[in-house]
Amino acid sequence: MIRIEGLSYTYPTGIQALKDVSLELRDGEFLAIMGENGAGKTTLVKHLNGLLKPTSGRVSVDGVDTREASVASLSRTVGLVFQNPDDQLFSETSEDEVSFALKNFGFSKEVMEKRVSWALNLLGLERYRKASPLMLSGGERKRLALASVLAWDPKVVVLDEPTVGQDHNQKEILRQFIVQLNAQGKTVIIVTHDVEFVAECAPRVVVMSRGRVIMDGEARRVLCDESILGQASIIPPQVAQVFYMLQDLGFPRDVINVEDARRFIVARVRPG
Amino acid sequence: MPIIKVESLFYRYPESDSPVLKDISFAVDEGEFVIVTGPSGCGKTTLCRCFNGLIPHFYGGKMDGVVEVDGLQVSTTSTSELSMHVGFVFQNPENQLFSLTAEKDVAFGLENLGIPRDEMRKRVDWAMETLGISNLRDRLPQELSGGQQQKVAIASVLAMQPKIIVLDEPTSSLDPYSAKNLFEVVARLNREFRITIVLVEHRLDLAAQYADRVFLMQDGGLGIQGDPRDVFSREDVRLLGVGIPKSVLLGQTIEAEGFKLSSVPLSASEAAELLRKCVFS
Amino acid sequence: MTLRVLDGLKFRKAASPIHTLDPRTKMLSAAFFFFATVLFSEFLPLMILFMVQLPFIAAGRIWKEWARSMRGALFLGIMILVMNLIFSQGLVYSIAMTTRFLGLLSSFSLFFLTTSPDDLSLALQKWHIPYELCFAFTTAVRFVPVLANEAQTIVDAQRSRGLELEKGNFIKRIRNYIPILVPLIVNAIRRSLDLAEVMESRAFGAIKKRTSLFELRLGSGDYVAFLLVAVGVALVLYARLGVKIPF
Repeated sequence: MIRIEGLSYTYPTGIQALKDVSLELRDGEFLAIMGENGAGKTTLVKHLNGLLKPTSGRVSVDGVDTREASVASLSRTVGLVFQNPDDQLFSETSEDEVSFALKNFGFSKEVMEKRVSWALNLLGLERYRKASPLMLSGGERKRLALASVLAWDPKVVVLDEPTVGQDHNQKEILRQFIVQLNAQGKTVIIVTHDVEFVAECAPRVVVMSRGRVIMDGEARRVLCDESILGQASIIPPQVAQVFYMLQDLGFPRDVINVEDARRFIVARVRPG
Repeated sequence: MPIIKVESLFYRYPESDSPVLKDISFAVDEGEFVIVTGPSGCGKTTLCRCFNGLIPHFYGGKMDGVVEVDGLQVSTTSTSELSMHVGFVFQNPENQLFSLTAEKDVAFGLENLGIPRDEMRKRVDWAMETLGISNLRDRLPQELSGGQQQKVAIASVLAMQPKIIVLDEPTSSLDPYSAKNLFEVVARLNREFRITIVLVEHRLDLAAQYADRVFLMQDGGLGIQGDPRDVFSREDVRLLGVGIPKSVLLGQTIEAEGFKLSSVPLSASEAAELLRKCVFS
Repeated sequence: MTLRVLDGLKFRKAASPIHTLDPRTKMLSAAFFFFATVLFSEFLPLMILFMVQLPFIAAGRIWKEWARSMRGALFLGIMILVMNLIFSQGLVYSIAMTTRFLGLLSSFSLFFLTTSPDDLSLALQKWHIPYELCFAFTTAVRFVPVLANEAQTIVDAQRSRGLELEKGNFIKRIRNYIPILVPLIVNAIRRSLDLAEVMESRAFGAIKKRTSLFELRLGSGDYVAFLLVAVGVALVLYARLGVKIPF
């Protein structure tokens, strides 16, 4: 359970990145945070594991106020996967990379070995166990970074821009993986501006702009609100755009995928 | 008239045993807007670098076959010579800007070529005006958004007045609005100045509508090429896992229900128009 | 706190008469202050030399940054005072030494705050320093804030994996920085390769005689500055050689 109450944050440089943000996340929820560059998305998620402490307001994770806990202890619960894997990979082997966090958190050797094998297998990286992270391709490095976070089995997994630079196949595999993580009971938060990806996942969507939350609801409703999305420099999914342009023919404003579009059109033209 | 001619191109990186590009042949006419796409690792980026001489001159390795660009043989022409014919815009906006003002970055290539100051001033002003960034001339690179940085990069290429501009996933780190804006700018350069565009992209939903032709690469080879409406309608292309624009998929699903659409929609507005005309009239 | 000193060495863009001066003029003035300050060990002239800079700092509109850097230097200044007192140099002399330190720092600060690295590079090129070196210098300056941001991101990413930089004995604390330094260095190397590719694509090194969009030109302000420096040199020499300085 994550509770954010009236969170405001101002950087030391004087820029106010978050203005009175309130949000509640139950265990096992699936959330997408969207918004323009500079909207405050990354600033917000950095509060979830204590990297940033509120200037005013309160953030609590499972009842623990983030101001009263260290980043290391909060990270046990909230695993943050950063956008660029090259900002965290440093070990000699993939195996070492995945065990880094486990060592920091004080896992025993036996448990570490099991977890490392499990994480490497889960992300299809077992054959690179002894390989240097530098030898891996861009996509593989992204998976290694993800493996090294999943290894300690955090309750909440936050992915910052997981689809950047990925081709369609890779995105589809990632989407299925995320859905599976969520199905296993993990709270999953993705920070992204890939609207088609979010339309496929159809989670709860929070839209941020200029430090504030401007909309919070079901994907179907949020992704069809042109004016809200426009404020956050997001273009609605193509299917939603098509339906928006055909409003005068009575097309509804809550269709974001091709399958639902087909169903509506068929029902409309051949009723009964 | 082909401005890019590639015949039986093979290429292997220096420390590698297997070729990354295998037997590629194609031609691009002057003024065409071509999109090159395909799964990660198929060789799109490597192919691009053959157009401005980075391959073979900067990367070394073994290149076989013919690559002719604006009448010049790439294998025997220096990159500096080629830079006046082929401009290259890279993926990372931050790493293309060296100077402390946008204006100096736009002038960078011209300074390197020894262009006289008066001519340089004219070209820099023109390039920034064309990209709509004249108001950014004194800004520091870190004050600019990703989209603005890419525009400065394009301006610095445009100032060198190449006939061809190659863009390698230029919108990778940009938000959708900035990406759409960038494609519109590039399409304008293509239409108004007849600059041949070679665009490597995954984000086909935003870019497909501007392309004259699509090249689909796979495993180092050029598998399928043609009109985007034809290429994206193909079943085998969909199975390859290419990010086909949702409008195309919508069109296909509707046709599967027995409706007849008069063409393949590449954008949302095309799809809406087709539905209005062919299904709901 | 001491790092605040570096703030006074970063260029700050502003529209001021000092900013428009040719960098070579400013270099000459900074050199004058340097030698003048070194020439005296007495408090009075050193204090005068320090105060003379103040109107120029005001004219350059760099009060805030200059003050920040002076505040940061205060600690070092006090150290110098204390050290001199410990070595029985007398109160007046110790204060003089502190004033000298602050005066030197102030003149460097005045120079760097009002001179853009681009202009500095043009000046160096005029003095026949090879373009490659000047380019390396300005590019390095351009990427300093980028590297600083990256370092912060890396620290955040590793802390999110349980890395606690402050924990452990001395050896452990040093080893804690490996997960910070390795990605930083690897990324810097990757960035250099990217930059090299771009440079190559923009015809870097195509011809020996590179042209430049901007050119340094001496203006009336520069001639006034030369005059002031000449007067300053005369006064300083007179004070050193012809006058008995009370303290």
